[in-house]
Amino acid sequence: MKSRASLPYALVVLLALAALPLVGSLPTWATLTVAGLAMGMIVFIIASGLTLVFGLMDVLNFGHGVFIAFGAFVAMSVLAPLGAWTESASLAANLGAIGLAMLAAMAVAAAIGVVFERLIVRPVYGNHLKQILITMGGMIIGEELIKVIWGPQQIPLPLPAALRGAYLVGDAAIEKYRLLAVVVGLAVFVALLFVLERTKIGLLIRAGVQDREMVESLGYRIRRLFVGVFVAGSALAGLGGVMWGLYQQSVVPQMGAQVNILIFIVIIIGGLGSTTGCFVGALLVGLMANYTGFLAPKVALFSNILLMMAILLWRPQGLFPVARR
Amino acid sequence: MNAGSTAPLLSLSGVHTHIGAYHILHGVDLDVPAGQTTLLLGRNGAGKTTTLRTIMGLWTASAGSVRFGGADITRSATPDIARRGIAYVPENMGIFSDLTVRENLLLAARGARDADAIDAGRLRWIEELFPAMKKFRDHPAGLLSGGQKQMLAVSRAIVEPRELILIDEPSKGLAPAIIRNMLDAFRQLKAAGATILLVEQNFAFARELGDSVAVMEDGRIVHRGAMAALAADEALQQRLLGLSLGAHQ
Repeated sequence: MKSRASLPYALVVLLALAALPLVGSLPTWATLTVAGLAMGMIVFIIASGLTLVFGLMDVLNFGHGVFIAFGAFVAMSVLAPLGAWTESASLAANLGAIGLAMLAAMAVAAAIGVVFERLIVRPVYGNHLKQILITMGGMIIGEELIKVIWGPQQIPLPLPAALRGAYLVGDAAIEKYRLLAVVVGLAVFVALLFVLERTKIGLLIRAGVQDREMVESLGYRIRRLFVGVFVAGSALAGLGGVMWGLYQQSVVPQMGAQVNILIFIVIIIGGLGSTTGCFVGALLVGLMANYTGFLAPKVALFSNILLMMAILLWRPQGLFPVARR
Repeated sequence: MNAGSTAPLLSLSGVHTHIGAYHILHGVDLDVPAGQTTLLLGRNGAGKTTTLRTIMGLWTASAGSVRFGGADITRSATPDIARRGIAYVPENMGIFSDLTVRENLLLAARGARDADAIDAGRLRWIEELFPAMKKFRDHPAGLLSGGQKQMLAVSRAIVEPRELILIDEPSKGLAPAIIRNMLDAFRQLKAAGATILLVEQNFAFARELGDSVAVMEDGRIVHRGAMAALAADEALQQRLLGLSLGAHQ
């Protein structure tokens, strides 16, 4: 039973090992693997809130990308006047600037999340078609607002000085920022697991994902819990937006929509409502995108769709299906 | 015990419930006296489960009133109804299968922040009632047998003191040995003074526990009285419940 449950974890290792002979060069493989893990961690940060929102209230939020885009643009606006910190050779000053940008991005994304849930999501509980239509509409409005505030053009978001470049490990170049992304992603994953596994709020969220009616019958107001999860998920998406913008080193109003497809693939692969599934799914997607981008760039665009198809053929409910009533 | 001697803790008056286009309850009148076990009997589809769900606010009554402890809870939200002191064990047991037995109990203990904060005396009592709860404390609830899941569902309802416990068909699908175990547990609950509204199809189980009884048919209460009287009247049982004479002897 346990070995079957741990199979999805082994998939990440298997995918990486399978790519090694195809890539051919160990240093290149190491570079691609770290890049894939970094991308996966960022996608996980973005998608983790979305999977809980779906699990808890059966809400399909196609507007999740708006929090990503706002997070990235707010970070860009915060970092712009902090040139002295970002251009300093001091890693501490760089991290301080990024930390401030992250806090601001999370706060703004959370505030937008409150409004989004109240005005857009709440009126369409229980109706998937309306949810898809209205949340996509919400994202379009968000994009247009970004164009009004920051303009429609792509804006550079350079990495702070100490995070540019790469560490050389043997012949493998490991980009410094990608290491930071892995560290932040792991920290978010551990923090989320702690909350979900070790606190009563987390217990309520896990129970609500399985059977929200029973949670209400035990005397807990699940709507209130949902709003909290929605807002926290929005803040995490804002944080992910900062990470993604720095990963791409530019921001563009459509970035939320661009990432949206990727995060839906991740939460479907992982099993809707599962945080661990989201984590493993994001790593698989990140690795797959980087390996195929190197090996067969023309396949890279739909490689993750193929990955999703393969996994759903194996496990139709995703890698970590959530038991539901 | 005289079914009518105690003031009702729960009182339904003229309750109608619609589910979508379907009119399920047609003016249900029901009193549940404090400190007693009231049985709600009836054939499949009579409206017993709908009555419990309407009391819990999971389906809202379209007319009539539900009063609990003197307060009108007809339009209250489910969590507010639960917080007034009503525990609910649904027909499907509502077990959180990915959570452990201990986590299931912790969720039901609203006042406890963590498992260590659950009332130790009460936990001991539950583990005496249902030793499986101790044995499988750290096991995922989804791995329990059907009978153990039912024990967990009942344990959750009593892990903290509640004024009223609503239980929907606790003997359904259980082996005779487990049913006897359940009966013992309910007898102890009764002895502890619990007020219980129990929906049951198993008449042998029901008559062992019931003080008073209400029988439903087509969304209405068609009989009210003492359980002892119904248990003694086989002709009435046959008319109301379709039980053959001499059944469950």
